[in-house]
Amino acid sequence: MKFAIQVNEGPYQHQASDTAFQFAKAAIENGHEIMRVFFYHDGVNNASSFTLPPQDDRHVVNNWASLDIKDADGNPELVVCVAAALRRGMLDESEATKNSIEGNNLHPAFRISGLGQLIEAGIQSDRLVVFGD
Amino acid sequence: MLHTVNKSSFERNSLQSCINIIDDTSVILFIEDGVINAANNSKSSMIADLAAQGRVFALQGDVEARGISSKLADNIKLVDYAGFVDLVVEHGTAVSWV
Amino acid sequence: MAITKKFMYLNRRSSFGTVYAIESLEVVLIAAAFEQDVSLAFIDDGVYQIVEGQNTDGIGMKNFSKTFHALGDYDINKLYISKESLEERGLSESDIMPLVYEDEDDDWAEKSSIKVVSNDELKAIMSEQDVCLSF
Repeated sequence: MKFAIQVNEGPYQHQASDTAFQFAKAAIENGHEIMRVFFYHDGVNNASSFTLPPQDDRHVVNNWASLDIKDADGNPELVVCVAAALRRGMLDESEATKNSIEGNNLHPAFRISGLGQLIEAGIQSDRLVVFGD
Repeated sequence: MLHTVNKSSFERNSLQSCINIIDDTSVILFIEDGVINAANNSKSSMIADLAAQGRVFALQGDVEARGISSKLADNIKLVDYAGFVDLVVEHGTAVSWV
Repeated sequence: MAITKKFMYLNRRSSFGTVYAIESLEVVLIAAAFEQDVSLAFIDDGVYQIVEGQNTDGIGMKNFSKTFHALGDYDINKLYISKESLEERGLSESDIMPLVYEDEDDDWAEKSSIKVVSNDELKAIMSEQDVCLSF
């Protein structure tokens, strides 16, 4: 079955992202497809390449990256909402350049896109599951 | 439908709001702090009927993490994450009471 | 062929204490372009999102409540408000913003988008949904 996931909370503050990750991992291990994970609200912070947890803790960002969720063309399907991301200081190279900001922090396993990607995920998936506060 | 509840009823009214509009065939899965609702406590009567009908599940990892495995109310069914996935497959639309 | 699904936007929080209300509305406005069957439910403190007379001058935040008036123009005209949630909070339909749409199947007559529904009615509406986005 084709699943889509929405993650509404950032890493470490709330369990939502951990639960969503465990759900996605179990789905893949059981032969299902995760067609897209959409990160919204503070969930955009799950994509920060600047994340440095202590060594004895799980690495939430790397966990997501390890699932290797991509479309048929190899584009990441870990999608970060652009409006929510810019508001919270989560930038890819293109947004940083466009806004004359030095540096960028979007992990390469993720991509930034619009809210339409969430609606599209709802339309194209068999099930959409929301994880939040 | 599968309704997921991730808040303790001692903190928020998510479970009550879910119960208010759950239909006769849908099931509830407690995840995260929602598993506190699966423990035998002063609010257990909220879910007793649904549990007796086999319609209340709790995520085992969250139950164990909170040290309440031995305190579960009657008729609660435990599932792991793969079981969570199966519930979503079986019960159609997933409603999160976030 | 284009797929049409029933999308439910479940709103359970008031407007300004957290970001969920405004970012939910942002999704709904985008969703309008996808020509899906969209419904919004306001239950619990979510009913405060569409209460008349919100004024944010004193808190330095954007008063986005006016944006709800635009929904009718985007054919989003099914706003279900929980009757029980209103009553618990000492509110009634007269406290809710008069949100309307023009019905193209009825000579563009102006009609209310607000539908105050009981838990039993909401139960039936929820049962029909294909996708539920919670905020």
